[in-house]
Amino acid sequence: MPSFHAEDEHLMAYAAGSLAEPIALLVATHLALCPSCRARVGSFEAVGGALLETLDTVTTDRSLRDAVLARLDETDAEPAPAPRPAKAGPVDLRVPEPLRGYLGSRLDDLAWKPRGPVDEVRILPDHAGITSRLFRIKAGTAMPRHTHEGSELTLVLSGGFTDRGDHFLRGDVAAADSGVDHCPLADTDEDCYCFAVNDAPLRLTGRLGRLLNPFIRI
Amino acid sequence: MLEANRAVPAQDDATLVDLMAAVAAKRDREAFGQLFDHFAPRVKGYICRLGVEPASAEDLVQDVMLTVWRRAEQFDPAKAGVATWIFTIARNRRIDVIRRERRPEPDPNDPALVPDRELEADAALAQKQDGGRLRRAVAELPDDQAQLLRLAYFEDKTQSVIAAELNLPLGTVKSRIRLAMTKLRSQLAELE
Ligand SMILES: [Zn+2]
Repeated sequence: MPSFHAEDEHLMAYAAGSLAEPIALLVATHLALCPSCRARVGSFEAVGGALLETLDTVTTDRSLRDAVLARLDETDAEPAPAPRPAKAGPVDLRVPEPLRGYLGSRLDDLAWKPRGPVDEVRILPDHAGITSRLFRIKAGTAMPRHTHEGSELTLVLSGGFTDRGDHFLRGDVAAADSGVDHCPLADTDEDCYCFAVNDAPLRLTGRLGRLLNPFIRI
Repeated sequence: MLEANRAVPAQDDATLVDLMAAVAAKRDREAFGQLFDHFAPRVKGYICRLGVEPASAEDLVQDVMLTVWRRAEQFDPAKAGVATWIFTIARNRRIDVIRRERRPEPDPNDPALVPDRELEADAALAQKQDGGRLRRAVAELPDDQAQLLRLAYFEDKTQSVIAAELNLPLGTVKSRIRLAMTKLRSQLAELE
């Protein structure tokens, strides 16, 4: 069980369906690893059901009822959706669904791009100013010191890192609000893979980082 | 024959579960008609609040109710109440159709998924049995809290957008929603 969870604000928005896709992807991938947050989302969905029951109704036209009832046979005759084709090769269990489906290959086979001391892969096209990517931090190395204007959510997939005194392992969600200036340090025993979502660009703040800033957009 | 729809019959949870069971096991059209009469005006209310015009809203209602028919066998009364299950179908359809986005969800058959413990399974059951209590608790929330929940669930608004629109500090929005959830959660099985 993870020790650091998604915040209720995100779990509720996920249940309500109002999270942008990249953040929903991070939350849903945490859910795969966290039965306790799944149960919480279940509670938030139950609130959605209760709200639906108590919502002002809007009368539907009688013809809609007839149209729906008339389509039941046709609906039954539709072929069942084809099962998703099994991916070639062994499944990379380090990456749970739904994230695995967005990657298309094993972690090691992705097109990693070096960005200073870490490697990264973009996941979704930038979406309403939200950037989503995987990071690979070499064992024992630190991310360059950086701050952000927006918030940053990081989900650990494998390995671990230490940030501002907390130690994050597989399934943990690290949240850094705007203004936080930090340099997460990967554990020394293995490379750390994590999935991070930012809603504003990062700015490098360390001495080396400031020199690199114009060249790399981390 | 519009008057046939004027009164939306209230149905208790047990009746709704029986109707779903009849649809799943016997493809019972009469039972489905009753589910339609109960839920279609609610689903339409939900979709209209999201700003969809009435004509397209009816297309979505049709889509949601046909999904209820098609997936009736997947409804598991041990996991969620009927209203909750239909809420999630309507939510997913509108993300798909209105927002044109995918809805990422864990795959229950994924070998990487960490399975539920006894605790979560028990909590889900208790929660579903408390559907009526939860509904009453929602109805009894103070107006300012109920309004925020409706905005969050039915108008696709993040807490920061709600704060800006209501001209409230974000902290106030967060604490009101937290208060509301604390009240509601006392009606749900505790999970801590
Ligand atoms: Zn969690």
